[in-house]
Amino acid sequence: MHKLLPASLALALALPLGVHADEASDIRALRQEIVTMRAQYEARLQALERRLNAAEAAVAASGATAVAASTAAAASTAAAGPTAAAGPTAAATAPPAAGAAPAAAVGAAPAGNEPPMVVQAPAAGTSPSAPEPPRSAAGANAFNPSIALILSGLYTRTSQDPANYAITGIQLPRGAEVGPGTRGFSLAESELALAASIDPWLRGAASISLHADNTVSVEEAFVRTTSFGNGFSLKAGRFYSGIGYLNPQHSHTWDFVDNPLAYQAFLDTQYGDDGLQLTWIAPIDQYVELGAELGRGRSFPGSNTGRNGAGMTALTAHTGGDIGESSNWRAGLSVLNAKATDQTLDAMNAQGVGVVNAFTGTTQVLVVDAVWKWAPNGNATRTNFKLQGEYLRSTRDGSLVYDVDGANSPGAYRAVQSGWYLQGVYQFMPRWRVGLRTEQIDPGSPDYGSNAASFADTGYRPRKSTLMFDFNPSEFSRLRLQFAQDRSREGVVDNQVFLQYQMSLGAHGAHAY
Amino acid sequence: MSFCRLLFSTLVAPLALLALPAHAALRVLACEPEWGALARELGGELVDVSVATNALQDPHQIQAKPSLIARTRNADLVVCTGAELEVGWLPVLLQQSGNEKVQPGQPGNFSAADFVRKLDVPNRLDRSQGDVHAAGNPHIQTDPRNIARVASALGARLQQVDPQHASQYARLQADFDKRWQQAIARWTAQGASLKGQSVVSQHKAFVYLYDWLGLKEVAVLEPKPGVEPTASHLQEVLSTLKASPARMVVFAAYQDPRASEWLSRNAGIPAVRVPFTVGGTDGAKDLFGLFDDTLARLLAAQAGR
Repeated sequence: MHKLLPASLALALALPLGVHADEASDIRALRQEIVTMRAQYEARLQALERRLNAAEAAVAASGATAVAASTAAAASTAAAGPTAAAGPTAAATAPPAAGAAPAAAVGAAPAGNEPPMVVQAPAAGTSPSAPEPPRSAAGANAFNPSIALILSGLYTRTSQDPANYAITGIQLPRGAEVGPGTRGFSLAESELALAASIDPWLRGAASISLHADNTVSVEEAFVRTTSFGNGFSLKAGRFYSGIGYLNPQHSHTWDFVDNPLAYQAFLDTQYGDDGLQLTWIAPIDQYVELGAELGRGRSFPGSNTGRNGAGMTALTAHTGGDIGESSNWRAGLSVLNAKATDQTLDAMNAQGVGVVNAFTGTTQVLVVDAVWKWAPNGNATRTNFKLQGEYLRSTRDGSLVYDVDGANSPGAYRAVQSGWYLQGVYQFMPRWRVGLRTEQIDPGSPDYGSNAASFADTGYRPRKSTLMFDFNPSEFSRLRLQFAQDRSREGVVDNQVFLQYQMSLGAHGAHAY
Repeated sequence: MSFCRLLFSTLVAPLALLALPAHAALRVLACEPEWGALARELGGELVDVSVATNALQDPHQIQAKPSLIARTRNADLVVCTGAELEVGWLPVLLQQSGNEKVQPGQPGNFSAADFVRKLDVPNRLDRSQGDVHAAGNPHIQTDPRNIARVASALGARLQQVDPQHASQYARLQADFDKRWQQAIARWTAQGASLKGQSVVSQHKAFVYLYDWLGLKEVAVLEPKPGVEPTASHLQEVLSTLKASPARMVVFAAYQDPRASEWLSRNAGIPAVRVPFTVGGTDGAKDLFGLFDDTLARLLAAQAGR
């Protein structure tokens, strides 16, 4: 222990010292840089606004004057070569002046890096047909967050009534959004996403979900640091937990219409919470990401109670890398712990009658996830393949009140249940993909304590197979046809057909791996 | 005690790794091969360059894969094209990296397209026009004069992020600039005969190349930018060529050659596969090779297959 202490202190100090020495010398320069850049970007945005207005006005007024003006501007920027193709755009940016780079800019002089957008600002403004736009409006809107709207709709046909949907052996929370949803035509999850930098240190994002029943919910709304450095990021607000592979992904990025049964059974489709998330990327060539989360425990398997402490904690670890040029992978292990108090659950008793139970206790969900992606030479444009699988194991420990509306009989409860899925999606030609998913749930043999007689244990393992085709006219649109044979309920086969569209409008989305 | 050791080794070992590379070369992550090659020219031994994509990948469609997140996290300088070329993946890399040095607006974040005059800036921003880039056509590296402009900005940026070696960067830059200007003069002379020739492109990837050499683009095989060529559109292009013939059809090494080959067969004009970036063909081993080989291929096609 005595030997360890000085050694670890020395090592722990070595890192921050190096970093601080670096920062001390640069911090003023950086601040200066930020100020300069802010001014430059403001100027550039205003220039762009003006150009846009000028172009619109020019189109309206037969275009002649605007072209003349911009040709003049192009000439003034001394651009090399004829600029016929550039048209009114020539005023965009001038090449940097030849001497822009001082030979020895030791003091990180911002002059050497000034993006050259200063000259053109008046160019478009000089056009007589382009009146000065109201400056304040342009300035105010220029800082609007990026907006993306996801539109999605669904036609569903099922051979069983979705109202009776259940997963045999699994007690689902009241009002759980599981199963195929509603039959016929419906609005699927449409979503509005906004994001922008808040200041040089923070970024914010929100996604607001519009549901078929005219309700609106906040899927995510968080702020995230961009300036911690050393691989750390802190997120605060409402967000999807980073456990597993599918959990943090929004529904419009899923490869199937619905989430796997294991996610439906153990995480109520997807676990989101209000709290904090700290992630760290290891400073090595191998990708290693560690994450820790603290949350309210807002949703199943937690329950929304007014405690002071955290109702949810989670730890995540992911690693991944490349295998040659053509394929890459990611794998992870995550643990989520959540507390629940008087959580009402729908269940089936030994007589096959639906009852409502109440669970109080803790739940641990362990998630093992792996994904492997392949594309020839890493070029996914023509063909690509994605194989992914996850294993979830839920351990619930506490007490269960059986039939709160009737017998109201409390007893101990411990259940270890698990589920997995494996899916492959193959793009066999540009725009067209086909996917296959197979999955199973193991409800285990829960220990109901004194309520044991009220429950039957048939040993049935719910399972489901799904086949999916999708057609993507562009990066921004998708049409999907999905068939599923759902054997979630013992003795019942539900044949499901889905036809779905998903469209993305506005800001170009950047998707996580 | 053994637990303490375990804790020590798991917690401190990564810290040791963290401390070691701090004094090694400046770590540069380039989004595309041409900027990786340029950083090597301008940084020499002072930089450790890794490139996120290869010449056979479509730079629009890259995934924010784990190895790239790790490399972004460890980079001192990220050199990308910008102009929204990497909009589908670079923001994710930057956000997930937890690396404050390379965030947008920081000196460690360099976008080449900020330093050149962009062509094809759309007058109307609407996705009915395909995957258009609001900032203009991002494929700026096909004009060597753009490379020169980016080089002077990148040289200055290297001096800024690694001021201890500023004089060495300045020397490397002066040397590169001299060789590059000579090469541009040579290429421009070589390519003089191409001026005014009509060409067809598979993707609107060569506007800067055409602007430099004075080539005329009479048709594009993609009906809209980023939309795969369709049979009906190819037929349209073919009939356009009857009225205004073209000398060749040009496609980039990363693209599926079938559309260009189809047109080549049916219109009887050569299909020219150009490297597009460093590594796209065997001849394009570095930036000089990129233009040597591009010109050689265009001239060979012009000379008659």
